[in-house]
Amino acid sequence: MTEPSAAAAGSPGEKATTDDGFIVFDQISKRFGKNVVLDDLSFSVGSGERVTLIGPSGSGKTTILRMLMTLTKPDSGTIRVGEDYLYHEERNGELVKAGEQHVRKVRGRITMVFQQYNLFPNMRVLRNVTEAPVHVLGRSQDEAEERAKELLDMVGLGDKLRAYPSQLSGGQQQRVAIARALAMDPDILLLDEVTSALDPELAAEVLDVLRDIAKSSDITMLCVTHAMKFARDVSHRVLMFDQGKIIEAAPPAEIFDDPKQERTRTFLESVLDET
Amino acid sequence: MSAGLWNYMFEGLLVTLQLTIFGAILGLVFAFAAGLARLSGNKLLRGMGFAYTEAFRGLSALVVLFWLIFVLPTVFGVQLAPLFAGVLALSLNIGAYGAEVVRGAVRAVPQGQIEAAIALNFTPWQRMRKVILPQAVVAMIPSFSNNLIELLKATALVSVVFLSDLTFGAQLVRASTGNTAGTFGLLLVAYGLIALVFTTLMRLLERRAAASLGRTVPPGMIARIFRRTEASA
Amino acid sequence: MNWDWQIFWDSFPRLLDGLVIALQATVVGYLIALVLGLVFALLRRSRLVWVSAPVGLVVEFIRSTPLLVQLFFLFYVLPQFDVHLSTLMTGAIGLGVHYATYISEVYRAGIEGVPQGQWEAAKALNLPARRTWTSVILPQAIPRSAPALGNYVIAMFKDTPQLIVITLPEMLTTAQGIGSETFRYPEPITVAGILYLATALVMSWIARIFERRFGTVRAA
Repeated sequence: MTEPSAAAAGSPGEKATTDDGFIVFDQISKRFGKNVVLDDLSFSVGSGERVTLIGPSGSGKTTILRMLMTLTKPDSGTIRVGEDYLYHEERNGELVKAGEQHVRKVRGRITMVFQQYNLFPNMRVLRNVTEAPVHVLGRSQDEAEERAKELLDMVGLGDKLRAYPSQLSGGQQQRVAIARALAMDPDILLLDEVTSALDPELAAEVLDVLRDIAKSSDITMLCVTHAMKFARDVSHRVLMFDQGKIIEAAPPAEIFDDPKQERTRTFLESVLDET
Repeated sequence: MSAGLWNYMFEGLLVTLQLTIFGAILGLVFAFAAGLARLSGNKLLRGMGFAYTEAFRGLSALVVLFWLIFVLPTVFGVQLAPLFAGVLALSLNIGAYGAEVVRGAVRAVPQGQIEAAIALNFTPWQRMRKVILPQAVVAMIPSFSNNLIELLKATALVSVVFLSDLTFGAQLVRASTGNTAGTFGLLLVAYGLIALVFTTLMRLLERRAAASLGRTVPPGMIARIFRRTEASA
Repeated sequence: MNWDWQIFWDSFPRLLDGLVIALQATVVGYLIALVLGLVFALLRRSRLVWVSAPVGLVVEFIRSTPLLVQLFFLFYVLPQFDVHLSTLMTGAIGLGVHYATYISEVYRAGIEGVPQGQWEAAKALNLPARRTWTSVILPQAIPRSAPALGNYVIAMFKDTPQLIVITLPEMLTTAQGIGSETFRYPEPITVAGILYLATALVMSWIARIFERRFGTVRAA
């Protein structure tokens, strides 16, 4: 386990310097109609690094996560995960559009937790967590169930295995969604405003679970959130987005206590006013 | 009414039920084939699905039936067994309506469900089979229930051509008893009762399916009779 | 292939006459359905259970039994009560009553779609019930129902071949007539099929334009 940046998270002010280029966005642009969402954006994330993306809505943060999850295609540019390009594959030394096979191979390292949980309403909790490990990873039913029970215990829902999602609170559903994502043994976990649809109290129980996971694993995490305290606690680095560009990138202590950009300062003030 | 006449009615009832049930099964096949074809990425499939739904929603099953019986044998030398011709005409027709139900229900599955299935790296086929269809099918049942009643009503059409179904049986009874109002009144009640049985069965199915998604079920036929005002949400 | 183009082409004029009769039955039937449908919808909202429940029963009954048998019923039974109507009127009434049961559901949805606040505003202005309906609720509910109402014109036209059983000389009846005169059925029936389909497609095309232009008017 290589966790060179763990120290950085614990000690504010110290920089997470171990960017080994695990995830690399290179000159990514995306527009929806006339609206430019991402403008020639390049950045990288190290393996095991936990990065929080902040910024006003529409600044492109969520688009970054959705691109990594192959839910939104970039107009131009490349994304690399480990050795492989996500949307391209190399053939005879040339980059060509990737086929479904290649995309699925790379995507297998990544998974996502959504704002609206998106549990499958037609499956009970346990099956929500075991379905993909069995049918995508090819695990045996027993193995998948054992692991699912562990994970559901960890998120505090070991007694809800037989429940349908509709019988759970939002916070409980989101914790199942987290267990479901972890059951895929991802290298990269994407968290897209996972507490935005929840009341503060329910949000807290979800964030506690995520804190534990962050502490006890070396999963690379990209997180879009408005929960600033959480961002400060778990991330190695915070990226401030505005109008499709990263305008400031720094360890949380630095960006929250002493932002260099005026835009970052006003954004943080407005967020703190809200809460 | 003599026993012989009752026999006609009873045999007619059997034909009506056969037409409805086989028509529904074959109709489902057409509905899923055409509905999914219309959602396909393949242009040719989409076009075929579109042509089928547009054509058969624009034609009465009766016209299709006439065509199968009067045109197919003479022009193409294909003679269909009467029951099969009836089932085929009815199912082609109801399948076109069903295809729109299938298409609508599949498209109504929330985008987030598909995204979650992608995030779990399911193959496109797994997404369809494990995530989209199980939810879409639940949404289809209420409309299918209406389609089934339409199909039941349409079975009366085959009596125009040749099959001795319930309506045909009643014609015989009327001719021999001379009691026109009574016979047709009774016939209508018979169809109404069969419809009630079908709706009730579909309602049970719907309840079962909806419960699995934690949804509630809108009022059934009996409840609809007594329904006046529903508070708007 | 056993096909006679001469009969095919010769069938058109008489079948077009049949088409006109089918359209007449559709139009008259539709007008009946529009009015009777509204009556059904309003009666089913009655606060008196002995009004709303029997009307509900009748509506559900008519809707779940075959139009064909209802046509027989009208055709043979009305004369027994000394009601003598032309076959066109009998057919139009049959279609109209049958489809009124569908159309009443469209009105119902339209009425339920009028925001609760409109009822409350009418109450706050102390409008009498009749006035509330005629000047507040229905003027909003009916345009809301318009697109769905259009679809039933097509559905009704599609059912006109069933009028063959009451011998109305619409297209299918005419096609069968030509068949029995010439001993050639395939051609006239195919022509009839083409005309049905073409008319239905044109109607749905018009309905779509109508829906696009007026469908969302006042919906906001």
